[in-house]
Amino acid sequence: MIVLEGVTKSYEKGLPALSNMDLKIEDGEFVFVVGASGSGKSTFIKLLLKEIEPTEGRILIDNQDLTKIKRRNVPIFRRKLGVVFQDFRLLKDRTVYENVAFAQRVIERPNRVIKRNVPEVLTLMGLANKYKSLPKELSGGEQQRVALARALVNKPSILLADEPTGNLDPKNSIEIMRLLDEINARGTTVVVVTHNREIVNAMRKRVVRLRKGVIMSDEKEGVYVED
Amino acid sequence: MFSFASIATMAACIFMFGLFFSIVMNFTYMLKSIETNVGVTVFFEEGLDQASIDMIGQQIAGRSEVKTMNYVSADEAWASFSEKYFEGNEAAAEGFRNNKDNPLANSAHYEVFVNKIEEQGNLVQYINSLDGVRKVEQAQQATATLSNMNKLIALVSIVIILILLAVSIFLISNTVSVGISVRKEEIAIMKYIGATNLFVRLPFVLEGIIIGLIGAAIPLVALYFLYQKAVEYIMERFSIINQYVSGLLPVNSVFAVLIPVGLILGMGIGFIGSIFTIRKHLKV
Ligand SMILES: Nc1ncnc2c1ncn2[C@@H]1O[C@H](COP(=O)(O)OP(=O)(O)O)[C@@H](O)[C@H]1O
Ligand SMILES: [Mg+2]
Repeated sequence: MIVLEGVTKSYEKGLPALSNMDLKIEDGEFVFVVGASGSGKSTFIKLLLKEIEPTEGRILIDNQDLTKIKRRNVPIFRRKLGVVFQDFRLLKDRTVYENVAFAQRVIERPNRVIKRNVPEVLTLMGLANKYKSLPKELSGGEQQRVALARALVNKPSILLADEPTGNLDPKNSIEIMRLLDEINARGTTVVVVTHNREIVNAMRKRVVRLRKGVIMSDEKEGVYVED
Repeated sequence: MFSFASIATMAACIFMFGLFFSIVMNFTYMLKSIETNVGVTVFFEEGLDQASIDMIGQQIAGRSEVKTMNYVSADEAWASFSEKYFEGNEAAAEGFRNNKDNPLANSAHYEVFVNKIEEQGNLVQYINSLDGVRKVEQAQQATATLSNMNKLIALVSIVIILILLAVSIFLISNTVSVGISVRKEEIAIMKYIGATNLFVRLPFVLEGIIIGLIGAAIPLVALYFLYQKAVEYIMERFSIINQYVSGLLPVNSVFAVLIPVGLILGMGIGFIGSIFTIRKHLKV
């Protein structure tokens, strides 16, 4: 469960990127966070990853107060979360298989486990025949699926996606959304930041709308409303 | 990717270290053997009776600086002198003697050997203050010069080594920061995935240590052979070293210490250089 209580994040100058945000996301939910560019969506994701600290308020994930996690325990906390970005962030010099295996090596899984888990998740992402490809030999949609496989291979309980379809055409965007829906159906909490109206409207999920760091609306089975 | 420059500087640093280390070790060894070979000679006032001489002997023997001492009577002194200078020429010796009792009548003396050359000055001062002592001769001049030279060499080498050390650390640090910046994206991803600090840092620490090890191993091997050759050459050319001093240290006794010290030094420099840089660039 993700809980934000009166969270404000101010960078050095100007208005706060997020203002007094209250939000609760239950386990197993699928939530869209939408809003124009600069409305604070990425700031929200970074706060959940404990990449940045809130200026005010507190954030709880599974009843754990993020501001109270000791530095050396941050890596263990992050293993609860999977994350994908608009720009995929794959390792360009490594194959699809190695990119996904990388995530397991980072958390020091033995090779025997890696050999079982990586093919499993790659098959789930429809990449069974692309093991040996390098990222540059793949389409954008395929690259994002590799990134998804990498985020999922460690079996996180929460998946965060910051504009995962920002660089994709409509067809690939729909494919990624279908996979996210499937991941959610298997029990993972999914939080998707986007400003892709068609997708939001097609999926009929919970929609949290941000505007200049403030929640304007929060609707079950919502639609994308322009500011 | 190991930077050639950092390995080369590291090698230079360890080479200098090894070079000075061997020199200083040999000097120290020479000093030690001179200390045991060269002593103080104590002469007595003219006509001093045997009882007083024995008394002086007891007083000297009671000092803690003294390792061994022995008494050389005037007759023995003459015997050893004439043996040396009139070897096999009894007539010449008799002629020199010129019917006198003993031309070296006043040459009875004690030979005193000290434990440590540094304490010799003290002892000489003490002996000089004793009644009946005419003069005290010492070979301290030579050993003092050697000792000062040894200190100078040690000082100069420490300065040079410290400079090279600083350069090595700087270059290793530089190599590691290049490595970190090349892998910036990878490191960022690792952190999102939940890599521990140790996991992220270990490869860079290892890189530093390996640079240190390679940089130390190369000059140590070179020095090993160089030392052997140098010892051979010096012993051949300067046989005096064999007379006064019991030779130079054999290669194995120097390198039994130098190799582990050099390798640990190299690893230490590599470790410090990389840790330092990692702390600066890899904040979580
Ligand atoms: N590191 C930063 N330093 C200063 N200002 C920032 C930083 N990151 C984001 N901002 C500002 O915070 C606001 C929200 O940014 P962001 O969360 O990236 O929005 P979004 O992802 O919705 O486009 C913007 O005004 C942006 O300029
Ligand atoms: Mg953004």
